[in-house]
Amino acid sequence: MSTTSVMGGVVRRKEDPSLIQGKGTYVDDIKRHRELATAFVRSPFAAAAINSVDASAALALEGVHAVYTIDDVRHLGLNPAQVAVGTLRPFLADGVVHHVGEAVAMVVADDPYIAKDAADLVFVDYEPKDAVVDLKEAYADTVQVHDGISNTLLTWAGNAWWEGVIDLPDPSPGIQEAKERDDTVVVSLEMVNQRLIPTAIEPRAVLADWNSGYDSVELWSSSQIPHAVAGAIGMTFGIPSNKVRVVAPEVGGGFGLKLNVYPDEILCCYASRALGRPVRWTETRREASVASIQGRGWIGTSTITGTRDGKILGYELDAICDMGAYTHNFTVAIPLLGLFVAPGQYDIPTSYALHCVVTNKPTTDAYRGAGRPEAAYYLERIIDAFAREIGMDPADVRKANYWKPDQFPVTTQIGLTMDTGDYATNLDSLLERVGYEDLKAKRDAARAEGRLLGIGLSTYVEVCGFGPSALAGLGFSWAGYGLPTAFNGSGVVRVQPDGTCTVTIGTGPSGQGHETTWAQIVSDGLGIVMDNIEVQHGDSLDSPVGVGTFGSRSLAVDGTATYEATTRVKEKAAIIAGHLLEAAPEDVQFQDGGAHVAGSPDRSVAWAQIAESAYQPHTLPEGVEGGLESSVVFSPPNATWPFGSHLALVEVDPETGDVDLLEYWATDDCGNVINPMIVDGQVHGGIAQGVAQALFEEAIYDDVGNLLTSSLADYPLPAAENLPMFNLDRTVTPTDVNPLGVKGIGEAGTIGSAQTIVNAVVDAVSHLGVKHIDMPLRPKRVWQAIEDARK
Amino acid sequence: MEGRILEVRISVNGVDHQSDVEPRTLLVHYLRENLSLTGTHVGCETGYCGACTVIVDGRAVKSCTMFAVQADGASIQTVEGVADGDELHPVQEGFWECHGLQCGFCTPGMIMSSIALLEENNDPSEAEIRHGIEGNLCRCTGYHNIVRSVQYAGAKMRGESPQGASQEVSS
Amino acid sequence: MYPPNFDYVAPATLDEALAALAASDNAKVLSGGMSLIPLMKLRLVRPTTVVDISRISGLDAITDEGDHISIGALVKHAETASNALVAEHATALGQAAGATADIQVRNQGTTCGSIAHADLAADQPAAALALGATMSVASVRGTREIAAADFFVDTLTSALEPDEILVKITIPKGGKSAYRKLGRRGGESDYPIAAAAVWVDGSNGSISAARVAVTGVGPKPYLASESAAAIVGSSGSGEAIAAAASHATDGITVLEDLYGSVEYRSHLAKVYVKRALEDVLA
Repeated sequence: MSTTSVMGGVVRRKEDPSLIQGKGTYVDDIKRHRELATAFVRSPFAAAAINSVDASAALALEGVHAVYTIDDVRHLGLNPAQVAVGTLRPFLADGVVHHVGEAVAMVVADDPYIAKDAADLVFVDYEPKDAVVDLKEAYADTVQVHDGISNTLLTWAGNAWWEGVIDLPDPSPGIQEAKERDDTVVVSLEMVNQRLIPTAIEPRAVLADWNSGYDSVELWSSSQIPHAVAGAIGMTFGIPSNKVRVVAPEVGGGFGLKLNVYPDEILCCYASRALGRPVRWTETRREASVASIQGRGWIGTSTITGTRDGKILGYELDAICDMGAYTHNFTVAIPLLGLFVAPGQYDIPTSYALHCVVTNKPTTDAYRGAGRPEAAYYLERIIDAFAREIGMDPADVRKANYWKPDQFPVTTQIGLTMDTGDYATNLDSLLERVGYEDLKAKRDAARAEGRLLGIGLSTYVEVCGFGPSALAGLGFSWAGYGLPTAFNGSGVVRVQPDGTCTVTIGTGPSGQGHETTWAQIVSDGLGIVMDNIEVQHGDSLDSPVGVGTFGSRSLAVDGTATYEATTRVKEKAAIIAGHLLEAAPEDVQFQDGGAHVAGSPDRSVAWAQIAESAYQPHTLPEGVEGGLESSVVFSPPNATWPFGSHLALVEVDPETGDVDLLEYWATDDCGNVINPMIVDGQVHGGIAQGVAQALFEEAIYDDVGNLLTSSLADYPLPAAENLPMFNLDRTVTPTDVNPLGVKGIGEAGTIGSAQTIVNAVVDAVSHLGVKHIDMPLRPKRVWQAIEDARK
Repeated sequence: MEGRILEVRISVNGVDHQSDVEPRTLLVHYLRENLSLTGTHVGCETGYCGACTVIVDGRAVKSCTMFAVQADGASIQTVEGVADGDELHPVQEGFWECHGLQCGFCTPGMIMSSIALLEENNDPSEAEIRHGIEGNLCRCTGYHNIVRSVQYAGAKMRGESPQGASQEVSS
Repeated sequence: MYPPNFDYVAPATLDEALAALAASDNAKVLSGGMSLIPLMKLRLVRPTTVVDISRISGLDAITDEGDHISIGALVKHAETASNALVAEHATALGQAAGATADIQVRNQGTTCGSIAHADLAADQPAAALALGATMSVASVRGTREIAAADFFVDTLTSALEPDEILVKITIPKGGKSAYRKLGRRGGESDYPIAAAAVWVDGSNGSISAARVAVTGVGPKPYLASESAAAIVGSSGSGEAIAAAASHATDGITVLEDLYGSVEYRSHLAKVYVKRALEDVLA
């Protein structure tokens, strides 16, 4: 392998040979001598007072080492990584439980079987109370989830970022007037964007090993944010951050689920310190369903006011957003992210009020897309309904209201700046590839035969690549919450003495292929072959201080830091190589594993020679320090704003309501692309999760707060049989907020897809009188909608 | 508990093991804890995700839904026993070439199911592939590239020279 | 994920297995374990003794017995699904076995185990009902035969006594049968939301006998006798099929769950009886 111009090319992943041979190391694969196992005693009630906890029978069981309750850990205080808005979770329930699955006691035993045996023997005396499950009831505040705290924590609203009040702000100027005009149409729908369970296939896992000699701790955790976990541990236990090593090894899927500092991470450290042995906890699937975070959970009404020629004069969104029982790291920020992109790609007056309410259900937090899929759903569904109402093609309505390329950078109504965009070109490219007019004719012909085919379209813009301190910080320091930086990116590039290269980064993958993509960036810059570049990540002490992977941010931020570090190493290497080659540094070029003088390929040195010189300072030119590495922290001037257009063709079985997803097309624009194979893969998976929300998945609670879908038997993830191949393409509109011109692609597929499917299904049955069906579009709902419309 | 310890003899990847286990020890825990073969993963507890899939006496099964004692006398293949020395199995090669994995957690089980599928039929249709791996859930890939990987492996096993992901990526 | 402990026996003969079952008042039979083990992992079932019958010889065959075929206790779903005798003489059972869960489960679980478990939404019990299967049951008290129509008693409850083992099922040859379902994930994926198995016999364009069975709809898999009565004597025309389908839930308490309301399930039962009848009468 000698190619060094690898940016933008398909390169097989560096991480795969290990993973395909079963040699990947996930947390649960790490074994420590004398380690103990943990099981949690969890509440069967959504709301209850705890009168007493009796662990005597559990402690009497052979092999049980400890049973901890809040009395043992109350002195640790509260989880510092929970943003101090609202309702904070104690490390174990403190006299009261607020959702089914909340941990009441922690059992530590020789192995997980015994731990579970013992957990079954812990007797907890509960006194059940009324639970608040329904979002409208929560908003009405008739029963308070937390005594003395309003269920409505705050309202993110259109005229200010943080009203902190329940009252709706005044609608944006002009919308009310437009509604009253004779020539306008007002279309409104109340829609549910249901709760989802992230369901990474790897459940979370934690292994803590406290060293009492050094008073230091090592924690392995299946986490997207090892640095933040380390920060929270240091603050909780009062030890400096350089005594906390948190390692996220292979992480088996994140999707936002692992973007929290969870109580179990702190508790395993506590138990390890108390017992003097390593302590492990491995989440079961049921625990993953009831005790880790969930996503989405909105009910809201969108309204469009527009003219019959498709001009939108106002978009209003009023939604209640389910925070669950406690506010974790980003819980209240998720609706805010939705608010950032509420007007989508459109130059339209907008008014919104997102009411964040607490309920007796597990906490919600970031789940792939995090607020942006919800926003795109409410907007793109109502645009479709508006197009249908005025009898215009939904693509034409969209194009009539887009921001135009020459308007960028666009300042949005709430004052954010969208970097670059060319929405109409992107949509036209999709429609042409699909053969939109032919597809519509095919649909109409099928309909004439009694078959129910439907076409659904959605476009979207997202905001990601966090990010600039001003946007991420919202005016306060994250350091106080265990998050070590204001969302900076970091990268260290070091050329080893043998001419190979080590790259360490402040973010780490949970499947996104960072090792390959980062190696491509560095290989492209230095001309060191891919095989000679190792990318390391996920160690809070050995990696540069960083934040982690979420919000489609890694490449745009940490990738840029690495790119800049690469450039600096290259500049120094050019001086060294120039010295060795007796040439000016500016005449040195790097390629194919070494450097040569421009125009004279024969005058060359290998990287091994350059590196050897770098680490023998007496060989260097005067004034040049030894070593060959650079560390860069990058804070971008803005977030990035990827966008795209998705289109689906579905067929509905008129007798059963069963939806068959026949074809799916997406044209996304994430700016420049480092590895198109990886980018396509991100889009595939993102679409699958959006389709999953549209057709299959829902966290369903009964009226006392029991989760009825706590196993994969009842929470149906789509299997291979349930999905088609995806037809992908891209347009390329680079961002100007980073030198790579990259925007981020991790969430795009999810943000664009759920409403695409719903739009398609509604299109298939709209002629029967159906205007909307709430997700997931299980056969029963589609059939019922057809029945209701017929009646 | 001692009275409940049973001895099992199980051949794993061609190596004979004689071990003492509790009746309740799940096969997947036996493989992971007793034999330190951690390539086989646990993803759920109801037999739905398939991350724990291994091949027992020639058939793909879910090792989280089987007690180790049930495998007494059996011959088991796990993902660690798939490659022939340094030479990857065509299915492993397919997953690498076609980006058939992202986080990699479902991958060992997915590979074992794919091997079982292709050993029965090395030229499956797309629908047959999707049906054949419906017992393995993947949250990352949307299955698109997994299907491609299995197609690649099938072609390889038929003696053809398939092309990897670079043939398909969008512009 | 971590089941409670239990005593485990894996007898080599049926007599030993029956004795072990009789000796415990909380024993469970294990063959494939596809229903039992997940319930134990969730600690919803806690047997003191598990009697693993998988090492008993002679129970693993599908056999041609002249005017019947029989399916032994240890025959896996996958074998039922691919067996030529089943395909020819018990088509609906082969289809139902093929539509059961996924390949790993079909490789491990057994047809008789699925029937003995008597899940209200399992695939194969419907086929056993429609095909008029007979269950051969053994215990230390002797052997007996139970008609499929009498076997499914209630939700997760069969006519099996705790000390009995379902040794084989026997299916009479003749007629034509089919199984059609809507799964929870659409198509045939996953457990049925509703499904129907039908069997018809006849000649010269007239149906002389029929059985219609439905699963996933009521508290147990059941025979829709009125549907069968409606199609018998007819020519199997579209009108006759529609008439038969309209009786699919007569006298049945239709259940509601996350996948279907009473109204929807009642409707689906009719749709799938219709589709299955169309399959055999096409």
